[in-house]
Amino acid sequence: MATTTSGAGAGSRAGKRSGKKGTLYRGREGMWSWVAHRITGVLIFFFLFAHVLDASLLRVSQSDYNSVIDTYKNPITNFLEYGLTAAIVFHAFNGLRIIAVDFWAKGARNQKKLLWWVVGVWVVLMAGMFYPILAHSLHRIFGY
Amino acid sequence: MPAATSDPEFMTITVQVKRYDPDTETHRWDEWQVQALPTWRILDALHEIKWEQDGTLTFRRSCAHGVCGSDAMRINGRNRLACKSLVKDLNPAKPITVEPIQGLPVIKDLVVDMDPFLQAYRDVKPFLIAHGNEPTKERLQSQKDRDRFDDTTKCILCAACTTSCPVFWTDGQYFGPAAIVNAHRFIFDSRDDAAEERLEILNEREGVWRCRTTFNCTEACPRGIQITQAIAEVKRALITRRV
Ligand code: HEM
Ligand code: SF4
Ligand code: FES
Repeated sequence: MATTTSGAGAGSRAGKRSGKKGTLYRGREGMWSWVAHRITGVLIFFFLFAHVLDASLLRVSQSDYNSVIDTYKNPITNFLEYGLTAAIVFHAFNGLRIIAVDFWAKGARNQKKLLWWVVGVWVVLMAGMFYPILAHSLHRIFGY
Repeated sequence: MPAATSDPEFMTITVQVKRYDPDTETHRWDEWQVQALPTWRILDALHEIKWEQDGTLTFRRSCAHGVCGSDAMRINGRNRLACKSLVKDLNPAKPITVEPIQGLPVIKDLVVDMDPFLQAYRDVKPFLIAHGNEPTKERLQSQKDRDRFDDTTKCILCAACTTSCPVFWTDGQYFGPAAIVNAHRFIFDSRDDAAEERLEILNEREGVWRCRTTFNCTEACPRGIQITQAIAEVKRALITRRV
């Protein structure tokens, strides 16, 4: 290619340098849904871990169990509960999507459409559960 | 070709390349300005840099037309062939980044060691295995049987898929999408007798069950092969024991 290059003294410039690390891979829907699936999966696992511990208290002492559960009764834990529900709902429905990709002959071809279904169902369910789950906290914070 | 300044279509693009110097064993980013046409491919811009600005820039290419599979690179964060990526499709207003594909040892700049990748390919026995007597005539196959594996015959072994896979990045032992694609090509070929053997190979720890269906491979394949689907078909064949 005989095109002229920009600037004079071509070859004399070693190029500008920067210490930038490599770029993040720009994966699409499939990659990000996998990232979300793994994060929510690990999150649910840690919740389950704590849950097994607090539930096992029931067999040790009912009053201790009650006092531990009482510490959960605050708006912050309530919002965390809502977040946990969000994680579980996403993980469950995206899990069904992955099963469809693996076992349904047309699953792989329709994976993006399936993901939008997952997100749609997730939004509807989370909107529907907003008040039922957070009612106590909303009352306490806004005092109505 | 006309001088850059005489053609109003030419524009200045910035190309940033992540380089590796084997002598000092260091990585660094270099940046060049190139006068390019919107219809240029990134490969043209790399040629321009190598031939006119910095002869030490090192990359592989051969056919320059998407056939040989030599020039898979991570361009603007995604694996593609430099010879099939047009400047105008990449937002030329911003610097265009070029990096070696990830997960294989870098030899110099954009050149990686393809041996581990090709070894995984060899391991799935990518050749026809037929038992019994040699036929005296051609091995006949119906159109339907041929269509069964048509998609996976298109692979050019560029490694764009395998090196876009998050599982392969963290576990270089994983066979990877390209090897599975080429196993699929023979597993579902009615003339071949070694499907069972190949399925057993892919049933191993580092075989198809490593796949997490991120679809990065399918998105990256310059041949448009439905790779994740091919992998799912192999998974299903392993479960049902039918091909
Ligand atoms: C609600 C029902 C559930 C369904 C339908 C479901 C479905 C799935 C599926 C299909 C996978 C495989 C993902 C893949 O192949 O990439 C998976 C992965 C996973 N699940 Fe679940 N799951 C459920 C509940 C749970 C629970 C309760 C936990 C936590 C204890 C959990 C933790 C995980 C983890 C850590 C992974 C690994 C993620 C990865 O490899 O990227 N899941 N789930
Ligand atoms: S399947 Fe596609 S991306 Fe993978 S090596 Fe073959 S041609 Fe390249
Ligand atoms: S140079 Fe042959 S595929 Fe790009």
